[in-house]
Amino acid sequence: MSTKTIEEKQYLIRFKADKKSHLTVLDHDVCMTQCPDKLCTIFCPAEVYKWEGLRMQVGYEGCHECGSCRIGCPYQNIKWEYPKGGHGIVFRLA
Amino acid sequence: MSEKFDVIVVGAGPAGTSCAYTCANNGLKVLQIERGEYPGSKNVMGGVLYRQQMEEIIPEFWKEAPLERPVVEQRFWMMDKESVVTFGYKGLEWGVEPYNNFTVLRAPFDQWFAKKGIEQGVLLITETVVLECIVENGKVIGVRTDRPDGEVFADVVVLADGVNSLLGKQLGYHNEFRPDEVALTVMEVINLPKEKINDRFNLEDNQGCTIELFGDSTKGNLGTAFIYTNKESINIGVGTTLSSMIKAKLKPYDLLDYLKTHSMIKPFLEGGESAEYLAHLIPEGGYHSVPKVAGNGVLLVGDAAQLVNAIHREGSNMAMASGKMAAETIVEAKSRNDFGESSLNLYREKLYDSFIIKDLEKYKDAAHTFETHPQYFKEYVPMMNRAASKFFTVDGTPKREKQKQIMRSITGERGTLKVLQDMYRAWKAVK
Repeated sequence: MSTKTIEEKQYLIRFKADKKSHLTVLDHDVCMTQCPDKLCTIFCPAEVYKWEGLRMQVGYEGCHECGSCRIGCPYQNIKWEYPKGGHGIVFRLA
Repeated sequence: MSEKFDVIVVGAGPAGTSCAYTCANNGLKVLQIERGEYPGSKNVMGGVLYRQQMEEIIPEFWKEAPLERPVVEQRFWMMDKESVVTFGYKGLEWGVEPYNNFTVLRAPFDQWFAKKGIEQGVLLITETVVLECIVENGKVIGVRTDRPDGEVFADVVVLADGVNSLLGKQLGYHNEFRPDEVALTVMEVINLPKEKINDRFNLEDNQGCTIELFGDSTKGNLGTAFIYTNKESINIGVGTTLSSMIKAKLKPYDLLDYLKTHSMIKPFLEGGESAEYLAHLIPEGGYHSVPKVAGNGVLLVGDAAQLVNAIHREGSNMAMASGKMAAETIVEAKSRNDFGESSLNLYREKLYDSFIIKDLEKYKDAAHTFETHPQYFKEYVPMMNRAASKFFTVDGTPKREKQKQIMRSITGERGTLKVLQDMYRAWKAVK
């Protein structure tokens, strides 16, 4: 079967998650008070960001390391680093 | 690791490996550093690898490289919701040596290519992140990695660290991108038996087909979708500028599923099995976004230098050519034993004198034109479809009358002057 949901898509990928997040939301209040659309929760291709009412949950373990959130956050509120060497996403095919 | 090398190459994609390979091949002592578990594990590409620039590095590479299919047909689809206007070219000359381009899967290909570099003498270290360039008296003299005692030194550091190029930004060679300078692209690899692919795309075993899709493939947003045939799988992907994605509040994976279930596409994928899902940014700012590419002891190549021609979906070839030019520059600099900016600036001259910057310059206003004038993707593609439907539907209306009706409906929708303006603007952007 071809996938239908983002959860199914993410299951196809091998991740070697670090214990520590390589993504940091600098100020959750900025998300709450200045960003009604919570844009990162929409355009992130891996649904890493989920708004929990008071703070942004960051599921860094499923990150594709594409860089969109760093560039697309209208408030430059995301600190973006590479995961530690050898960690993070491991593409096997394309 | 506090050894000194002639060259440190950061990154093991096509740009980095082309550079490392060529340097080692010329007798230089090369360290290549890759942050992934293996070369290719962080790298994503729709899948078209061009023969010419690869062959300039490894002659007749197709005899041993892990390639998928030589592309013999390139199709272009102007897609509406329930219709499509198509054109393309199929030529058997592309199916025999020396070939034009190939579909590839990057993880196996990049590993193979990096191994060829190792055979030339490149020392490749994986699972290592370069945290920063070490700068002394305004000259890059090495890099600091995330390994214990992870400082390492060289005459020249080549940044082949990809689209995000945090290192290029740290050096101040370019600013952070705007969302309209990058395309966010997602794709899936879908397994399908070889026979099904051959039947559905009208191919033989060692023939490949590429389809670029415009219009409803991105729901009218600035971007494209693609379908590329591998040996026993299909790569299907879609991307738009990050700014369009944000503006339209699109979830990229929803757009991909929209594409996969589109009535014009679904039959190609029937019975397929998803094997991998991948997201990546493509640097599409073009000519205006190319950063400073040569500095004191440092060069930028490939995506890190924003070398992508989005209009012609060329990128890996520019990566390879730029990597080779950087290597040739370093070899010459070594003979002068001068790795300062004016010595390394030869690389910039080579780049700007080649097809790479010439092509980027040709299309320097295209992205901006199409971004600020969404009518090309949103309105003209559906219009083309309606015109084709009208013209080819036999209903007793004389053909000349049909032509008049089509012209009237096009100019009626947007106004004659506006249509002429649109045509002129588009021509100017790509001429």
